[in-house]
Amino acid sequence: MAPGRAVPDALSQSRRLIAQAKVMKFSTEMKKEMGILCLVTGLLMLIPLFNAVGPESGPLSVSAFQVSLWGKYLTYAVLAMSLNLLWGYTGLLCLCQSLFFALGGYAMGMYLMLMIGERGAYKSVLPDFMVFLGYQKLPLHWEPFYNFAFTVAAVLWVPGLLAFVFGFLAFRSRIKGVYFSILTQALTYAACLMFFRNDFTFGGNNGFTDFKDILGCNINSDATIRGLFIATTALMVCTYLITSGLLASKLGKVQQAIRDSENRVLFSGYSTTSFKLMIFVLSAMIAGAAGALYVPQVGGINPSAMEAAKSLEVVVWVAVGGRGTKWGPVIGAILVNFIKSYTTHAFPDYWLIIMGGMFVCVVLFMPDGIVGVFKQAKSYFARQRSLETTAA
Amino acid sequence: MSTYHTPLYRDTPLILSVSGVTKAFDGFKAIDDLNFYLEEGELRTIIGPNGAGKSTFMDIITGRTRPDVGSVTMHEKDGRDYNLAKLREFEINRRGIGRKFQTPSIYKSHTVYDNLILSLNKKRGVFATLFYRESREDRERIMEVLKTVRLDTRANDLAGMLSHGQKQWLEIGMLLAQDPRLLLIDEPAAGMSDEETERTGELLMSLENKHSLIVIEHDMEFIRQIARKVTVLHQGHVLKEGSFESVKADPEVIQVYLGRQGKRAENN
Repeated sequence: MAPGRAVPDALSQSRRLIAQAKVMKFSTEMKKEMGILCLVTGLLMLIPLFNAVGPESGPLSVSAFQVSLWGKYLTYAVLAMSLNLLWGYTGLLCLCQSLFFALGGYAMGMYLMLMIGERGAYKSVLPDFMVFLGYQKLPLHWEPFYNFAFTVAAVLWVPGLLAFVFGFLAFRSRIKGVYFSILTQALTYAACLMFFRNDFTFGGNNGFTDFKDILGCNINSDATIRGLFIATTALMVCTYLITSGLLASKLGKVQQAIRDSENRVLFSGYSTTSFKLMIFVLSAMIAGAAGALYVPQVGGINPSAMEAAKSLEVVVWVAVGGRGTKWGPVIGAILVNFIKSYTTHAFPDYWLIIMGGMFVCVVLFMPDGIVGVFKQAKSYFARQRSLETTAA
Repeated sequence: MSTYHTPLYRDTPLILSVSGVTKAFDGFKAIDDLNFYLEEGELRTIIGPNGAGKSTFMDIITGRTRPDVGSVTMHEKDGRDYNLAKLREFEINRRGIGRKFQTPSIYKSHTVYDNLILSLNKKRGVFATLFYRESREDRERIMEVLKTVRLDTRANDLAGMLSHGQKQWLEIGMLLAQDPRLLLIDEPAAGMSDEETERTGELLMSLENKHSLIVIEHDMEFIRQIARKVTVLHQGHVLKEGSFESVKADPEVIQVYLGRQGKRAENN
């Protein structure tokens, strides 16, 4: 081969190798990720499985209560994932995630209220609270919620629309950082006050409860509870796939670039407003879907679900688990709520202090949460090992 | 006292005309009846004491601030003119004006390579980015830019791990990846070592003629190295324009700029 040609050949070959290495690295990482996802899904599926065919008593017995409790944790996990999409990956600390969650829950609650039919305390077609408040007929906006498909759509579009309108106004006016957080909190507070009112047609402070059926199945039967748990797991898997799909795309890179340096993105020709808006709407819809699965598993919803403090709790879950990591919010949401279930039972007065303490510890010692601790430990040991080798 | 200047730039080799621009913040005129014309392929250095309006001037060109009076026009090669005062930042960027900020602004949690992918001159809508696939040309273009800014060995490192000077180069590389017609560069040598500064100067000079450049700088050594034509800003308008030597020798410039530095030196 002529020496003149050898150089470009070697160059192009090395480039090809780099490209191949990139693809390979990408696909092995992908495989590992999918493996973990399958493993987690499989483990979660054991819960309804043991409930259905497991023993009646003993360490392997799973009661219907426990299935719905874990189902509730999973809806919280999805809620935390939706906040992570905004806070962890786009740098928007949103404090109205619980509002979107509650809106999804209310939409599902409306359907469930209508499904009670004439089995309520007042034996009326109208939901009990309406009879109590003296309604003669069903308000017009309740009518379409007889339809399950419409309900599912509403679970997504109601929070999505609110996020779109609010986000459009906020992002277009360049509201950023802590001002964005404050505004979203104010929005949540306003909505909460509105839902507390009896004349807002959503049951006032009692909200919705005492559901009977969902899609014609008894909501309290073990099979339905298992079904709801499986649906929640499916939602979590979907959310995970959406998140990792986004992150793998260039859009996900833009998203994280906005977090690191929004001005640079703007001056690289991207309309950051559209990107933030799209993520905000997506995240609101995911939170809404989580809320819709929360309500039938918990058996009710009332305006306290959208109190400002609830959104802050979501922030704590994400921070504890690991902000900006894929599994962090799931781990955080489940762990914090597990501790909450335990402490509110064992030491009811100290729960808020414990939660505050956890948050402070995470902020001080584990900036990347529980998931980050593994990385911290790994780099610590790697450092130790390299010190040893250099010493030897 | 802002007079309107009739545009006379059709069929001229100009790329940018700023005429009669005034911008006041709470009554303080940061830019006061400023006129500035830049030719295609020119490398222009802007100097001026603190508060002379240099950064505001860049803000006005890039759409970050809107002028109160006056026009900012970009001239396309085909004879079309764009009123930059009416466009938003990202639209102005898409017309081919890139800006480097004073403090390096890069995406620290992305690799150097990904920093450049995001800067390529591609469709930048939400859905276009969602379905973007990296092509061979893109890869080659990125490697080329990485070589120009001497970061080709760091392609897979996180940008946050780079040294300050390398971050500055990466940001310049990000501008180059956009293949802009006009580059605005705010204090590229700030915080760099002497050697890095010199290499930065070489880099900027190698871009001349391929791109038009406006460089804001404080470092006199650096200006001496790169300067062709220098514009001196003072209190929001152009005080002098000319070669580095002529500007440096100008008594008025010495009075407002160098004189001030002398005074500061006395105070220290």
